[in-house]
Amino acid sequence: MTASAASSLPLPADWRDFLSLTKPRVMSLVIFTGLCGLLAAPVRVDPILGFTAILCIAVGAGGSAALNQWWEADLDAKMKRTAGRPLPAGRMDRTVARDFGVGLSVASVLVMGLAVSWLAAAILAISIVYYAVVYTIWLKPRTPQNIVIGGGAGAFPPMIGWIAATGQISLMPVLLFAIIFFWTPPHFWALALFVETDYAAAGIPMMPVVAGHQSTRRQILIYAVLLLPLSLAPFWLHVAGWLYGAAALVLSALFLLLALRVAVFRGGAADGDMRPEKRLFGFSVFYLFALFAALVADRFLIG
Amino acid sequence: MQLPPSPEEERQRIIRGRNRALALVLAGFAVLFFFITIAKMKH
Repeated sequence: MTASAASSLPLPADWRDFLSLTKPRVMSLVIFTGLCGLLAAPVRVDPILGFTAILCIAVGAGGSAALNQWWEADLDAKMKRTAGRPLPAGRMDRTVARDFGVGLSVASVLVMGLAVSWLAAAILAISIVYYAVVYTIWLKPRTPQNIVIGGGAGAFPPMIGWIAATGQISLMPVLLFAIIFFWTPPHFWALALFVETDYAAAGIPMMPVVAGHQSTRRQILIYAVLLLPLSLAPFWLHVAGWLYGAAALVLSALFLLLALRVAVFRGGAADGDMRPEKRLFGFSVFYLFALFAALVADRFLIG
Repeated sequence: MQLPPSPEEERQRIIRGRNRALALVLAGFAVLFFFITIAKMKH
């Protein structure tokens, strides 16, 4: 190819574009919760196999995030928050993103199966299909309950971490799944309340857009109420000790208090404040990190 | 004053960066599989 012909072609995507396709910030939460699931399991895990399991969970999450961005490129272009991503910004071809996502997903499942456990690999494969197909393609554009359903995808990592360590499904990984599942709606709906205009522009049926602010606030409170006993269940069922129990009680009570303020708050979009929603969103991120850190600390300090 | 890179120079820079990243990933994979094999042999 001549230099003049080559210069007329669009520039290829940079390696940073491929990295951003995997949503590294979301991946950090996935790695953390997956690692906590692995470390909280009552067995000794070989460090190399443990590292491989976490790597596979992270790469699988990255693959499904790439598939999510491939499918939602047109929607992303309509939202300020996502318009700069590689696909809507035109820095990458859509088929490249799709192939990258499929490649990462298949590789993560195969390596997990060959190196760690085929049961963990099967759950990882289910989580990828759940996020990329059931959530992204099927339900996100169709129902305002999309966040509830999408919460399932984010809830898989600690479950996979635990199963990678123990090789079997028991009550505890199901509880870890349930905690993140019930944590997700208040976390994302708090965010959706103060970025509502963006979602409305893209035509995504987020709860505040479809059902209104009052209904969303009420539902945030319902999930926060359910999260309190659920987060305490590992302590009540004697699968976690008092350190975790105390942390879960304090954190969930604070979460409930902040959700209550959001539920009774009557200001919001009209006055452009949204402080209770922003506070709940910020605390919800801390809540999950602290709760899972307490679970691991409980396992190593209390036993 | 330094001239901005031409499109061809920019293209070469991006391709070099991608090649280096891919080489790192492949090397990492080879090292990981070596250690996985050792770990599996121990069990």
